[in-house]
Amino acid sequence: MNYPKPDTTHGVILYMEDVSVSFDGFKALNNLNLYINDGELRCLIGANGAGKTTLMDVITGMTRPDAGTVNFGQNIDLLKLNQEQIARYGIGRKFQKPTVFEALTVYENLYLSLHMDKRLWATLLHKLSGEQRDDIDQVLETIGLVSMRNRYAGELSHGQKQWLEIGMLLAAKPRLLLVDEPAAGLTVQEVERTAELLTSLAGEHSVVVVEHDMSFVRSIAKTVTVLHQGSVLAEGSMDYVQSHPEVKRVYLGEEGV
Amino acid sequence: MMMNWFSTSLRRVCLTLILTGVYVVIANVVFPEGSIFHVSSYTVNLLGKYLCYALLALSLDLVWGYCGIMSLGHGAFFALGGYAMGMYLMRQIGDRGVYGNPILPDFMVFLDWSSLPWFWSGTDSFIWTLFLVMAVPGVLAFIFGVMAFRSKVSGVYLSIMTQAMTYALMLAFFRNEMGFGGNNGLTDFKDILGFSLQSNNTRLVLFMLTVITLLVAYYVCDKIVTCKAGKVVLGIRDSERRVSFVGYNTVSFKVFLFTFSAILAGIAGALYVPQVGIINPGEFSPINSIEIVIWVAIGGRGTLYGAIVGALVVSFAKSKLTGLMPEAWLFALGGLFVLVTLFMPKGIVGLINNPEARQALINKLSLRLARKKGA
Ligand SMILES: Nc1ncnc2c1ncn2[C@@H]1O[C@H](COP(=O)(O)OP(=O)(O)OP(=O)(O)O)[C@@H](O)[C@H]1O
Ligand SMILES: [Mg+2]
Repeated sequence: MNYPKPDTTHGVILYMEDVSVSFDGFKALNNLNLYINDGELRCLIGANGAGKTTLMDVITGMTRPDAGTVNFGQNIDLLKLNQEQIARYGIGRKFQKPTVFEALTVYENLYLSLHMDKRLWATLLHKLSGEQRDDIDQVLETIGLVSMRNRYAGELSHGQKQWLEIGMLLAAKPRLLLVDEPAAGLTVQEVERTAELLTSLAGEHSVVVVEHDMSFVRSIAKTVTVLHQGSVLAEGSMDYVQSHPEVKRVYLGEEGV
Repeated sequence: MMMNWFSTSLRRVCLTLILTGVYVVIANVVFPEGSIFHVSSYTVNLLGKYLCYALLALSLDLVWGYCGIMSLGHGAFFALGGYAMGMYLMRQIGDRGVYGNPILPDFMVFLDWSSLPWFWSGTDSFIWTLFLVMAVPGVLAFIFGVMAFRSKVSGVYLSIMTQAMTYALMLAFFRNEMGFGGNNGLTDFKDILGFSLQSNNTRLVLFMLTVITLLVAYYVCDKIVTCKAGKVVLGIRDSERRVSFVGYNTVSFKVFLFTFSAILAGIAGALYVPQVGIINPGEFSPINSIEIVIWVAIGGRGTLYGAIVGALVVSFAKSKLTGLMPEAWLFALGGLFVLVTLFMPKGIVGLINNPEARQALINKLSLRLARKKGA
């Protein structure tokens, strides 16, 4: 049950080098290079179809790249692992569409996500320890769903489902969080809460956020990476990126930001 | 604390089963024939048979209701358990068969076989038989599950595969060379553990054993679905991909559940055969497996007691209706299935437990009626 920890002595938790993915000849990722620092909050932006979700698919083992290397810390080759292993090594993912377990309560959703032995027999015989109860309570507190703990997840609002899903990631105590479009479809207040939540997670965790909502990105990001046609077009602070001529032309220009 | 230990529905089901069991036994033994309280040996036998169906329905509900695996092949696991028991019962006949051969069952003598095929060896031992009853369906389900779930077969494709499995087994068991009595199957049983199958007491004991097995199975199933692994399974039903991202190997959970369920179905078959006195390849027929799905749907899938209620209600209805109009049964069954899916998606128990569902049904029906009148 003790998985090796990512080695981050160089301050980098995720290395993606020369990664290419093609679907029937179409290059969804094209010689992509991306480094995520340990503990940082990084925003990924890019037009529809730029390859953001595909990038997350590669990191989490759902899509195998045709070429390139993907390492978790210096030591763990993610391309050798399958989805469950990658999750157990400490990479959590929130999907574009919220996918909580609707037939389970908020509490049970978190219970399933706890960081622990997830093999069949251990799960069959598992009893919640006091420490684990505290962990769940802590997460409920962080995501602001304490009063909803015994409600079925299916009854939650869209925003609450998004938070619950982030909470499920937290319960697993991951090192790296991949969050795909957390603000989509939320009300203004909910977007604010989500921004606070994600900012509070950086530091202890490394967080990669994909988002289209520019004001949201501006409110949370220190470093922004712009993807275009499967490779990195620009990287830097929001101001730097927004003044980048290439970016202006291919992406921001279109949206008129 | 005791309260928590037994969930309410578990307590209710256990109580009902125990009370029914005790009542039937007392009514059969204490009250003389002719008394209105008397329960005949025939009825005891019939109830025992229905409780085997209930166990079978329970096993299917575990995989279908809780994990979304709609097996249309559970009849095969039931039949395999039944055949394992049938082999033992054949061996118990000894030299009292028509041909008087002390070792070989009649059909083998008839086929001019000189010795028992290898897979019949050891079947005169009751312990070995109990092992086979669980191991044969269990191993088949395990292999099937590993192959199907690893290659991510699910939904309709999985249902079709399970249906094909039971159909293939039926064809195989029809063949005389298989060594299971071909067309006629295994029958003419005399004793079990030396006790005559015709005697009232043996029937009573078989009935009680069925009640107890159902109780234990219900208890274990309840524990499985309420423990953490049960929550994982529910998660798999709704979003398998999410469960694997949380770090669970969903294949192992599905294989475990499917195998356990098949073992339960096998045990149901083994209890069934001595009570009805015959097992033949017809038990593998695809329609049998479909019927199990209908029991569970009608009773209410995703609640363990719903499966039991469904099996009992439909079986009673079947025995009444086939008495009146044998040809009509299949149509009635199909019609019932359609009605339940349309009007009561949570089955009978959903209707009983949930006043809203009741109201919705009444509204729907009255709407239809109003429309009809209008038209
Ligand atoms: N499984 C697949 N088969 C074929 N093409 C795919 C597949 N997955 C993604 N693509 C294509 O790859 C490109 C990149 O898709 P991706 O989902 O990564 O974009 P995205 O940046 O996440 O876009 P969005 O902002 O719309 O979510 C798209 O053109 C998409 O059509
Ligand atoms: Mg996307």
